[in-house]
Amino acid sequence: MIVQSMYKNGLILTAFALATTGSVALIQTITAERIAEQEQQNLVKQLNQVLPQSNYDNVLYKDCVLSNAPELGPKGPHTIYRAMMNNQPTALLIRHITPRGYSGNIDILTAVMRDESISGVRITRHEETPGLGDKVELARSDWVTTFNGLTVKTKDDADFAVKKDGGQFDQFTGATITPRAVVDSVKEATWYAIQHFDELFEADNACGATR
Amino acid sequence: MSQLKTLMKEGVWGNNPALVQLLGLCPLLAVSSTVTNALGLGIATLLVLVGSNVTVSLVREWVPKEIRIPVFVMIIAAFVTIIQLLMNAYTFGLYQSLGIFIPLIVTNCAIIGRAEAFASKNNALLSAWDGIMMGLGFAMVLLVLGAMREVLGQGTLFDGANLLLGEWATLLRIELFTFDSQFLVAILPPGAFLGLGLLIAGKNVIDEQIKAKAVTVDTPEKAPRARVTNLT
Repeated sequence: MIVQSMYKNGLILTAFALATTGSVALIQTITAERIAEQEQQNLVKQLNQVLPQSNYDNVLYKDCVLSNAPELGPKGPHTIYRAMMNNQPTALLIRHITPRGYSGNIDILTAVMRDESISGVRITRHEETPGLGDKVELARSDWVTTFNGLTVKTKDDADFAVKKDGGQFDQFTGATITPRAVVDSVKEATWYAIQHFDELFEADNACGATR
Repeated sequence: MSQLKTLMKEGVWGNNPALVQLLGLCPLLAVSSTVTNALGLGIATLLVLVGSNVTVSLVREWVPKEIRIPVFVMIIAAFVTIIQLLMNAYTFGLYQSLGIFIPLIVTNCAIIGRAEAFASKNNALLSAWDGIMMGLGFAMVLLVLGAMREVLGQGTLFDGANLLLGEWATLLRIELFTFDSQFLVAILPPGAFLGLGLLIAGKNVIDEQIKAKAVTVDTPEKAPRARVTNLT
């Protein structure tokens, strides 16, 4: 008797499991292409924010190298996109992370031009305090545009620090830790890019497309 | 017809999932920091609730009592995953801003609560209606809480509505006032708890007043009566 009911219930559960996972799988196949497209669009949008489209003519998101350099933060490998114009290197777009924020890691995207200047910086993900640390986000304040056009001159460039530490970047009222972490991380990533610019362009492409 | 009306009253007011049953507080408190997020999660929850209620009601004859809970869980999980995939595909911006809270709809007890308490005992039509009304009740609380927190915390309304409704919705954004620094408590989780507490208190006050009114109308004044017992 009990074996029979176990058998029956088991069958019913199996049928439901098949039906529910089946419908999820179906929807997944229908949406997969569109989701990939959306993610790609989002990536292109992000990259274009730090490097205007007029600066490159290659398919940016398909040309990258991976790096485990400690300058780019923990939890590598970090992706570095390579921008080119007429097959000449123009800029490196570096995804880097700083663990020194107020809460959790801060993901940053920095574009460094061939002439060693920074073309743009964006914070792509963070968990900083709303209203205080989150002013590093462009949607909240234009602080992050202070980086545009600057360059890192030495490994320990004293200008690349918040004003409180003798540098040129504003800190926020009530939040010094966040901008300090971002400025340090951008400095290190930019210095890394300047030092390894040609080397990075010679490395093999890790994002699929042939040049 | 009157049954539909009762269900409507119950879902939106009398047995509101957020204010009375106090179910699904995790997504409610976490996501209600702006009206846009609240609206997005409200709609997603409503869709899941209607879908799961209808499905549970349709299969209720074939599901033995002993295994109903795992079956309901599978149905709800499937619906949430489907909604998550659809949002990821068609409302990417909102998907990113709601983040982890879409999969968390699975843990919203209001959904399995309605499946167990209502949909497993009623036909598909009534269950769908119950899902809509309960979902509306939940979404309304989310919206009110979201509006309160957004106005107090950021001084805006419908900030980022374009993520949900398309580019035209940028026009919806209302800037009521600007602060030099935001009112943090309203944005952070404590503000959500305080806000919800105030909403529940407000609902209770209104209920009391309705009750008090009804009592004074219904009972005619009684003649004063001398106490004649317990004189020892």
